[in-house]
Amino acid sequence: MKTRTARAGAAMAALGAVLGAIAIGAPPAAAQEDTKAEIERYREMLQDGNPAELTVLRGEGLWKEKRGPKNASLEECDLGKGPGVVQGAYAELPRHFADVDAVMDAETRIVHCMVALQGFDKAEITKRPFSGTGQRATDIEALTAFVVEESRGVPVNVPQQHPKEIAAYQRGERIFHYRGGPYDFSCASCHEGENKRIRLQDLPELTKSGPAQLAFTTWPAYRVSQGALRTMQWRMYDCFRQQRFPEMVFGSEASIDLITYLGVTAKGGKMDSPAIKR
Amino acid sequence: MRNAVKFGAVAALMLAGFANAAEPVSDAEIVALMKASFKERGIAKMDRLEQSDLQKQCSTWSGKELPQEVKASLEKAAMDSIVYPADGKYLGDWKEGEKIAQSGRGLQFNDTEKTVAGGNCYACHELSKAEIAFGTIGPSLHNYGKLRGGATEQVLRYTWGRLWNSHAYAACNHMPRFGAAGILTDEQLKDVMALLLDPESPVNQ
Repeated sequence: MKTRTARAGAAMAALGAVLGAIAIGAPPAAAQEDTKAEIERYREMLQDGNPAELTVLRGEGLWKEKRGPKNASLEECDLGKGPGVVQGAYAELPRHFADVDAVMDAETRIVHCMVALQGFDKAEITKRPFSGTGQRATDIEALTAFVVEESRGVPVNVPQQHPKEIAAYQRGERIFHYRGGPYDFSCASCHEGENKRIRLQDLPELTKSGPAQLAFTTWPAYRVSQGALRTMQWRMYDCFRQQRFPEMVFGSEASIDLITYLGVTAKGGKMDSPAIKR
Repeated sequence: MRNAVKFGAVAALMLAGFANAAEPVSDAEIVALMKASFKERGIAKMDRLEQSDLQKQCSTWSGKELPQEVKASLEKAAMDSIVYPADGKYLGDWKEGEKIAQSGRGLQFNDTEKTVAGGNCYACHELSKAEIAFGTIGPSLHNYGKLRGGATEQVLRYTWGRLWNSHAYAACNHMPRFGAAGILTDEQLKDVMALLLDPESPVNQ
């Protein structure tokens, strides 16, 4: 516990230094290669410390604390590997859960446990699932950060055994290609095809194993530009905002299907989250 | 006995799995699922999930080769949708065009009716050499006018059409229909035209 806190403190200090250096040292209209090298350097410097470690700590506290109308902890929560097993669980989600006969991702399952075990009101806790820029993580975000940390280094193995797991993958693939809205965008508009970039941001080709692994294993992540921890549900929600779609509902079937599609494609990648991103 | 039961259960599960794998998900099922998974917010209403014929076809063939007849019919429909400027004037102010090319604002659920939409050209294209933060989803447009021999009538009509409804020339490409979908006004389109074609524009330097 202590080492985690100390490291997180050092991470915050290092981050401030990096941001300062970037602001001052930004090159003028230098050559493209210089820009790329600068970005690489920036990314490397970011790896020195991750403020998400503080969120993981808070999540661990929330997991163990007796809370809610039922005054219970989440220690009996079944994330798919049996009640109370957190280690390695995230790497195998989304999956089918017999108790609800549905496929759930990590965040949806955590909410399910908060409702079933602690007696929280689902509508109430999912009303604001994501924190604002620079704000403290929500309980769902903190709990997710803790759960994913417990899978660090574990290979992704999202199951495809139950018919509903297979169906979720198939629908996810269809949704990935679903074009709509005033800009006619789908996920594939940006995430299918090699070497695509928006401005200077590289776009992972999510239909391919390697890039899908890199994406799946590094969410949730601490987003430096937003000063906040962001989860996979948020990643889906914010992509659809940029696609000019209406607002994606937290824990919706489409979100779980897409995460299943990504997770299955990412099979074998080693979890490395919470990560830190620009 | 227990093993036999177990085997039976596994076989049933596998059969169900195979049945599922063999049966493609219907379009109607996907549309219903999308509608159940989103909610209206601000200017982003639920009708945005209703697919036009173009969106439906381009979703079906996404990542695959578009059949010739589908391509031809989508391109014809897109060509017919183009409305050329009534006054016959195509070129506005390239300086305004550069601002439009830089702006990625507009039509998101956190925008309002009053938000002036940009074209966000740099998100996907290289244009002026001075802007090094450009994307690569679309081709480089640096020297666009210069390489085409300037603003001839043919180039003007082609470029306007490409901005208005890009599917007229390449069905199911990923560029928004800036004119046909009402993203940019005629005046804004003319400014972007000037950015691409004016000899003074940094795009042609």
